[in-house]
Amino acid sequence: MALVRSGGLSVASPRRRTSSFLVHLVLLGVALCFAAPFAWLLLASVDADAGPDARLPDWTAGNFEAVLDWETSIRPIVNSLLLCGGAAVVNMVVAVLAAYPLSRHRLRFKRPFLYTLLFATGLPITAIMVPVYEMFVRLELVDSLPATALFLATATLPFSIWLTKGFMDGVPVSLEEAAWTDGASSFTALRRVVLPLMAPGMAVVAVFTFIGAWGNFLIPFVLLQSPEKEPAAVGLYTFFGQYGTVAYGQLAAFSVLYSLPAVLLYVVVSRRMARGFNLGGGIKG
Amino acid sequence: MSTTPPVRPRLDAEAPKSPAGGARYRRSAGRLVPLLPAALLLAVFFLGPVLWSVYAAFTDAALTGPTARDANFVGLRNFTRLFGDDRFAWAIWATVIFAVASGIVGQNGLGLTLALLLRGRARWLRNVIGVLLVGAWVLPEIVAGFTLYAFFTADGSLDAVLTGLHLPSPDWLVEHPMLTVVLANIWRGTAFSWMVYTAALDEIPQEIEDAAATDGADGWRRLVFVTLPLIRRAMLTNLMVVTLQTLAVFTLIFVLTGGGPSGATETVPLYMYQQAFRFFQLGQGTAIALVLLAIGGLFSLLYLRVLKPEVD
Repeated sequence: MALVRSGGLSVASPRRRTSSFLVHLVLLGVALCFAAPFAWLLLASVDADAGPDARLPDWTAGNFEAVLDWETSIRPIVNSLLLCGGAAVVNMVVAVLAAYPLSRHRLRFKRPFLYTLLFATGLPITAIMVPVYEMFVRLELVDSLPATALFLATATLPFSIWLTKGFMDGVPVSLEEAAWTDGASSFTALRRVVLPLMAPGMAVVAVFTFIGAWGNFLIPFVLLQSPEKEPAAVGLYTFFGQYGTVAYGQLAAFSVLYSLPAVLLYVVVSRRMARGFNLGGGIKG
Repeated sequence: MSTTPPVRPRLDAEAPKSPAGGARYRRSAGRLVPLLPAALLLAVFFLGPVLWSVYAAFTDAALTGPTARDANFVGLRNFTRLFGDDRFAWAIWATVIFAVASGIVGQNGLGLTLALLLRGRARWLRNVIGVLLVGAWVLPEIVAGFTLYAFFTADGSLDAVLTGLHLPSPDWLVEHPMLTVVLANIWRGTAFSWMVYTAALDEIPQEIEDAAATDGADGWRRLVFVTLPLIRRAMLTNLMVVTLQTLAVFTLIFVLTGGGPSGATETVPLYMYQQAFRFFQLGQGTAIALVLLAIGGLFSLLYLRVLKPEVD
């Protein structure tokens, strides 16, 4: 099929060859434009004399050494791990519990509930930050890491429930029925039969929440206040405010350290993740 | 969307055929227990704030601060103040320009173009473009912001390239701030549209286009009359999602320009942040939040209409 597509139709007519050349030229241009900003990030992080522009570096590991101390980057990254790890675990457990009755039972209000969830996935979280902040003030939750983690867990919950329900629908009910016949309760059947089968799907949900929370800046910026609790996103912003335009190399090094977990996790689950996001975009996979 | 099916006798293996209605209701209530944690979280952190902003937008609750005992109904005062503010009027315009230019035209158009151009090309080519696009999208938003700041700032990479080519090199962030944040958001978010369109195009059976080609349709006609109509649904849903995402962009603009210079790039989220957290006008901030929510809700409803998800 691919052969037909790439070779078969373009049998060496000169016009086709020119247009193919033009297409490659356009693609090269786009690739360069997209690559250029990355060049600074990677080169400046190992450049002893880094500026805002990308240039051949005067190699050093000094930028990484300089930012790798407890207060500058390690504590913020640990905070991010706690905050986002907590959010991802809560989100996944709550989503699995909610998905079970939605996937397995005939419930009268299921349809409106699922539509409401899908509707909620479209609401901009940015918009509710002001009322959420007011609520946190009233309940004296401002500057609380657990409360912020719960909010981060809820921010992606509607989408997670949808995804999890989809994965659970894919596990045949007959397997559970077999477990029930053997005397298992429906909780045991869920734990022993359904969950192992949808483990890859749940990993996608957890990673999706984790990456979303890891990259979020506004939520912790508004809801957390003391420097000891700030996650890496806020730590990086504070660092930039203090030394950024003076210490471009260190800014880049900190950025690389902070981005690495998100990028690596994405690479690990990217295939399944792409499927998940297509679902979010409304394409049936 | 059809109506809810009438209650039918339960056929589940688990349900005992008990004649007593009470047991059945208890059972069906028991089935809802696993939904409770989700319902609780969504009620506290989602529904609560939304309802609160509706309430606060029509009272002076937010203005009088957290200690206020009873709030007074003030009607539309928060909104008349808001819409009387020139800065808010511009913020709306800035948001529309930003959403149309960077979301609808930029991300959506470029994503579609790239998906079409890369169709059936060599695998390495698709991979190279894919890694670059998705890389920009996976980076934490604030890192993307700093990276683009370094790219666009005076003496940054773009300046170095343009000067090297003896081309005019303006101070992008100061002289063309809106264009800069638009380009930044295209860099940041095109991956999503590209993935949606690539998946949609992959699902078109090759035979359909081959048939059109045999019938003598040239490349452009095939594109306009065959390919694009086939991915119409993907286009509509993508446009909705991209618009919703673009409306809510905060961090990228905050890092690049902070809404400036002199408000040139102050979109509604930036304006809301300034009012609520810089000037502590929580009443105003809440009214803006409600406007943003209403716009988001409208697009979300449209999205549901287009998507028509199969729920069962």
